[in-house]
Amino acid sequence: MNPGRSQHRSLILLAAALAIQVLLLASQIKRDQDVRLIRVWAVEIVAPLGRSATWIMDGIRGGWTSYVALRRMGQENQELRATLDRLKLRNAELEGRAAEADRLAELLSFRQIHAEAPMLAARVIGSSPSASGRIAFLDRGSRDGVGLNMGVITPEGVVGKVLAVYPATSQVLLLSDKESGVGALLARSRTQGPVRGTGDPLLGMEYVSKEVKVSPGEAILTSGQDRIFPKDLPVGTVLEVKSDPRSPFQQIVVRPAAHLDQLEEVLVLLTRHEFAPGGAADIRAASAPASTPAARPPAAPAAAAPRPAAPPPAARPSAVPAAVAPADEAPADEAAVKDQP
Amino acid sequence: MDIRLANEQHIEVHKFYAGVVTGSVILALLLETFLPIHLGWAELIDLPLLVTIYFALSRRNPSAGLLLGMAIGVAQDSLSHTPIGLYGISKTIVGFVASSIGARLDVEHPLARCLLTFLFFHLHNAVFVFISRLLLARPEPYLETRVLIASVASALMTLALFPLLDRLRKPS
Repeated sequence: MNPGRSQHRSLILLAAALAIQVLLLASQIKRDQDVRLIRVWAVEIVAPLGRSATWIMDGIRGGWTSYVALRRMGQENQELRATLDRLKLRNAELEGRAAEADRLAELLSFRQIHAEAPMLAARVIGSSPSASGRIAFLDRGSRDGVGLNMGVITPEGVVGKVLAVYPATSQVLLLSDKESGVGALLARSRTQGPVRGTGDPLLGMEYVSKEVKVSPGEAILTSGQDRIFPKDLPVGTVLEVKSDPRSPFQQIVVRPAAHLDQLEEVLVLLTRHEFAPGGAADIRAASAPASTPAARPPAAPAAAAPRPAAPPPAARPSAVPAAVAPADEAPADEAAVKDQP
Repeated sequence: MDIRLANEQHIEVHKFYAGVVTGSVILALLLETFLPIHLGWAELIDLPLLVTIYFALSRRNPSAGLLLGMAIGVAQDSLSHTPIGLYGISKTIVGFVASSIGARLDVEHPLARCLLTFLFFHLHNAVFVFISRLLLARPEPYLETRVLIASVASALMTLALFPLLDRLRKPS
């Protein structure tokens, strides 16, 4: 095709197109009327597509919004979980501190009540490295006035005795160790007999005649015969009484008064000073704020009203266990005058 | 920049698959109508104008270009509140000029297309405002910041849109 002719034709077409549209515009302006037919067609074509497009867009937007919201919630959930974990740790820490404060208050109260008996507060810093031995390490040693065979107690009761002393630490043989024991007596009948460790959490009281009436729940106190512990400190309570037909003695299972497996703070008795009258009762009273298990019956009534003197130890077969200091082993009365906070 | 004179070298006339032009025009009108509801910035881009420019430059036929521009413009008028013919006349002129330039120059480089689109946008706006003032007595400004931003945005849009439409061409 001739380019000039084609161009000429295009120009004519342009002029025609413009003229038609100008006339269309002019007619709309003059008559102030819309060209409704064209608009209806255009809208009829585009509107259904627009509805579909809007529906799709809304779906995509809704899906996206839900996805974003879900992700945000997931992130928020993770943050809340992390916060919860932190708070749990914090709570456990605070609970530990509160329990420690309770225990220390209990120790302080006990010491104030028995101000006449020099005692040294110590913290348990370790336990026996072997499963068979029942030993605890304290953060006090010879520099603090701790000596061999000194008694170790808590406000709840007897813990054990000092087995070895080092300058800054000391080793305590717990009452539950097989080699350990303490001179004790039944609170009600004042019958004496040694309480020995068994290697288990429970203890055993020995050499109590079958004639003596012993009932579960009865308190067992220190007799003072071992020259380590003063009289009437709680040792434990009778849990079970067994009778062996071949033996003239009863087998008494004792639950220790002190929580030997949960020791954290203890008191070292620097002298074998007798506690003021009603010592055991005072101990129980002093430990009242602490969480003493309800199952443990109070030793106060028996201790508060002591019976007449028990039969002499000599009449009994070896009332003092081997691990407990013998009579001729001098307690640390002279050395231990220091009462440190 | 790949702008060559027609008499220096043969300029290829691009053809498209059936329905591509119609589909693109309808899609452009559809997006122009509904996209600004969801995306505010879409109002700045005159998609029907870009489609007019693209097909006019590709087809390189002034008659086809002006008719396509007229159809798109009238359809745009129909879907808007403007009197029918306002966009129609503007796009008719743009279609004619774009296809006339396309018939003489080979415009394939993206920057050349971008620049031409910027110029055609202002041509379209100038015609639109002229007719509004002359026939409708509407005091429309020729140039304002919004128009300038819209022209730049539309020109930049060609960098993404035109290569996309290039894929719909029939292989030569």
